[in-house]
This record gives sequence, structure tokens and C-alpha cells, in this order.
Amino acid sequence: MIPLDLIQRTAEVLMEKAAIEIPQDYLDGLKATAAVEDGDLSSFVLQAMLENYEAAKEDRRAMCGDTGCPRWYVKMGNEARLEGGPVGLEAALRRATANATNNIPLRPNRVHPLWRTDHDNNVGINAPEIEYAFEPDSDWIELTTVHKGGLFGTDYRMLFPSDGIEGIKRFYLDSLVAFGKRGLACQPAIIGIGLGGSKDTCMVLGKRAACLRTVGDRNPDPKIAALEEELKELGNSIGMGAMGFVGKSMVVDCHIEVGYCHTGGMQMSVHAFCLSSRRAVARLYANGRVEYRTDPEWFTQYQRRETVEWNAHSHQEESA
Amino acid sequence: MERPQPPRRIRLSTNPAPEALAELKLGDVVYLDGVIYTGREGVYKMALEDGADLPLDLPAESAANFHCSPAAMQREDGTFNLGAVTATASFRFTKWIGKWFAKSGAKLILGKGGMSSADYRAHFVPNGAIYLTTVGYGTGALLGRGVKKVRALHWRKELGLAQAMWVIEVENFGPFIVESDLEGNSLFERENAKTAANIAKAYEGTRPAVLKRFGETDDRSDELI
Repeated sequence: MIPLDLIQRTAEVLMEKAAIEIPQDYLDGLKATAAVEDGDLSSFVLQAMLENYEAAKEDRRAMCGDTGCPRWYVKMGNEARLEGGPVGLEAALRRATANATNNIPLRPNRVHPLWRTDHDNNVGINAPEIEYAFEPDSDWIELTTVHKGGLFGTDYRMLFPSDGIEGIKRFYLDSLVAFGKRGLACQPAIIGIGLGGSKDTCMVLGKRAACLRTVGDRNPDPKIAALEEELKELGNSIGMGAMGFVGKSMVVDCHIEVGYCHTGGMQMSVHAFCLSSRRAVARLYANGRVEYRTDPEWFTQYQRRETVEWNAHSHQEESA
Repeated sequence: MERPQPPRRIRLSTNPAPEALAELKLGDVVYLDGVIYTGREGVYKMALEDGADLPLDLPAESAANFHCSPAAMQREDGTFNLGAVTATASFRFTKWIGKWFAKSGAKLILGKGGMSSADYRAHFVPNGAIYLTTVGYGTGALLGRGVKKVRALHWRKELGLAQAMWVIEVENFGPFIVESDLEGNSLFERENAKTAANIAKAYEGTRPAVLKRFGETDDRSDELI
């Protein structure tokens, strides 16, 4: 049984780590981007960001003043047992979100969409989002918090099979150019693309592609992996860098996730995870052990399965 | 590859003399000393639409309006815990900015992403004001280091922590980039003009979507197929 107070304490640590510590994969990716940037202003911006990450860690203060909208991804092993059950878990995550907002502090971003009521704790109706997934043959629970900025850089479009790869590229560029000017998307970003599913799953997949995969990770389908590389290069060839200044640093990496969709459609969503790509992960065991990391390892073979039945053994053989 | 050239670095008062502003060039990097206050849609609505009296003496106390909500909290004893500060996108505040200049006498608008040169010419130039953009975005921790003290928090109850008016003493507070000058020129628009030439090349080999959207045609009697 995984104790409830362990869940809440761990969640509070994750909130702090996400807000303050830039994940190593993004940092390495941004350094590689900065090394080849030759635009004067764009280059200055990237150097300032690299200094900013250091300042945040030294001072233990949030790296960005807009600390985004905290959300939770929960992955439960099929054999995991939680004290208080799922309702207890959700209460613990809401408490952790409110406490951390006050203690770090974070910006209390969450308000009612119409009445603009602010509880000053990032908790309210349907906030924070808590999403779930399950994993076979495991008895741990994994908590991932993502604090993604919320205003610019994301779009959705219903494309059709006849739009093809050329149509995908067009909408991808439209999104980058539209939100890249003046740097509204806070690029260079991890761009996540959702293809297929339904409109809602397309958005969910694209957001997870941006937020739950690390820089350098590739889709296991070799042709999708090649498209990820191609789109990354394409984004960096626009001629636009950080803050929309002349440069070539727009995309730190590009990730694509797919879902089976209606035979007549090809839904597409684009998401930008910004210069403050805030994510932190912990795996909790029943014996109280907690392992922290920054790679959510969300998209396992099980999450991407396409067969009716799940047979772990045959999947392992396929990938071997 | 040629090494990128670092921009010019300048210290500026939050109540700057006209001569100090006249010396600034687009793309200069600025660090501020003095007092700034946050003000965005909540403050603009209170002051300009609901007619509330300003809770401080402007521009005597500060001529620097920051489009910002800090990551900050007020403790139970009334003191403040202010961590990081970054700007919010300014283009959304165009409809208030002219009236705000008249009421506040601001000389510096600090924010994210600037406004249009048309806005600068209509509202900033007649008031001898310029726009400084935050960098990144956003260098929240570096800006947080430039905060010396929260002097006051106004309209906390009416607007909540994020929209309230924070009055903050700052020293070597930056970096900011000079986005507009006293003639109303915009750095972002200058850069947009430079990048425009290459954009068509990036689009080569792409194709417009078979199903259009409004916006791609502005005639609402058009079909989108």
C-alpha cells in the first residue's frame, strides 16, 4: 500500500523541481542550439536564458515568472494499491498544488474563465488537470507534473488524407510562423504534434508529445522518426530564432504521436513546450522508496499498443 | 561562422529624463533602477473603466508600468515572498494604453512582445514614452534577483494576487531590450521584415489545406472548400 502522505510530500517536491530546475535533456538541447545560432539578438537571448537557469537553481526560485498551469500525469502499475484509493490520490495532488503555489511561490495563474475568480492557489473547477494511464506487471505509481504555459503556440486543424505530408508541413509552418513572431511561443521549443485520433485525443496526443518526451527521443516507427527529424530541420530553416529575431533557433526537438482516426480524416495538432519546459517525475513504491527523474517515459509499448489483446511476451520479441 | 555580436548594455532610471530615452537605440539592452509597478487588464479596468482613484502618485513614484504578474505570495504577517517575475504579452492591452498614458504619465512600458508601431506612433510618441521588452521569454529568475523590495500591494482584494498592482523597488533589474524608440519604430517589426524574405522558401513544397477556414477568406458568404 502506497501511503497518502508520501504521495502528497512527493508531489510537493515535484512541483518545486519542475518550477526551478530545467530538465537536463532540454538544457543540453538548448546549448546545442545556442552553439550554432549566429543571429546577434537571438544569440543574446539564448545566453540570457542559460544564465537564467543557473540563477533559478542557485536561488531556488522559479525559472520563469509565468509558472504556467500545473497539471498531473499519473501512471499506475496494474498491481499498485493506494491508501485512500484514487479519490485520496486526487485530494493529495490538489493539496500539493495549492501548498506548492504558496511555498515556492508560483504565480496563481488559474482563474474562473468568466468571473476571473482567483483562489490564489492554482486550484479550481477542473484544475489542476489529472490524467491517468496504467502499466501492466507493476506495483508502483508514477507522478509527473508539467507546468506548461497556456496562451500561445498551440493550434488544431482537421486535415484530410488528400492533404498529405505537404498539408502537414503547411500547418506546422503556419503554427510556428504565427506564434514565433515576437517570440510569443517562447521558442526555441519542444514541438509536439498529434496526428489522428479524434479532435480531443489529437490535442491530448500532441500535448503529451511535447511535454512527456525528452529532447533526442524518437518515435519507434522509423518513418515517423524520420518525419520528426525533417520537421525539426524545417522549423529551424524558417530564419526565425528566439523572440522572432533573425536566427535559426525555433525548434529544440519535434515529437509526433499518432492515434487511429476516422478513415476520412487526418486530424493534426501542434503544441509548443517553451524555454521553460517544466516537467518532473517520481516513481513511488509501496515500501516508501521514491525515485526522482525528468524523463516521464510515458510512451511505453503498452501505451502505444495497436492490437486487441496485450501480450507482453510477444511485444518483447518483436522489439528484440 | 561569425561570432554573434553582443548588444550595448545601459543602466536606466525608472523615471528617465527625455535625453536618456533619446539616446536609446533599438536592440540596446537595458537594466533598470528605481521603482516599477505592475498593471495589466485588471488594473486598467479598475482605473480606466470603473474610474477608481490611483492608489499611488504617478508618475512621481514611478514612470515604469510592467505588464506582469509576479510569482509571489503575501505572508500572513503582511510581508511578501517574491520569487520570479516575467512579463505577459502586451498586444492585448492596446485598447487601454492611450488612456493609461494620460492618467499615469508613464515613460516606460515593460512587457512581452511589444505593441505595433501604429500603437507607438499613436500613443507612445506623443507622451515621450518607449517600450522595453523582456528577454527570452522569460528570464524570471534574473529579473527576480533585481527586486530589492515590495513597497506596496494595491487592489489585492479586488483583483487577486496575479492582477493586483505590485509596487516594487528594483536595482540593476533586467535584462530588457529596447523595442521602440522615441520616433515609434519597432525592433520586432524591423526583424519581421528581415525574416519575411526567407519564409516563402520554407513553405516551398507545402500545400494549402483542402478545407479552408475563415481568416483564410474574410468573406463570410464564401464556401470553404
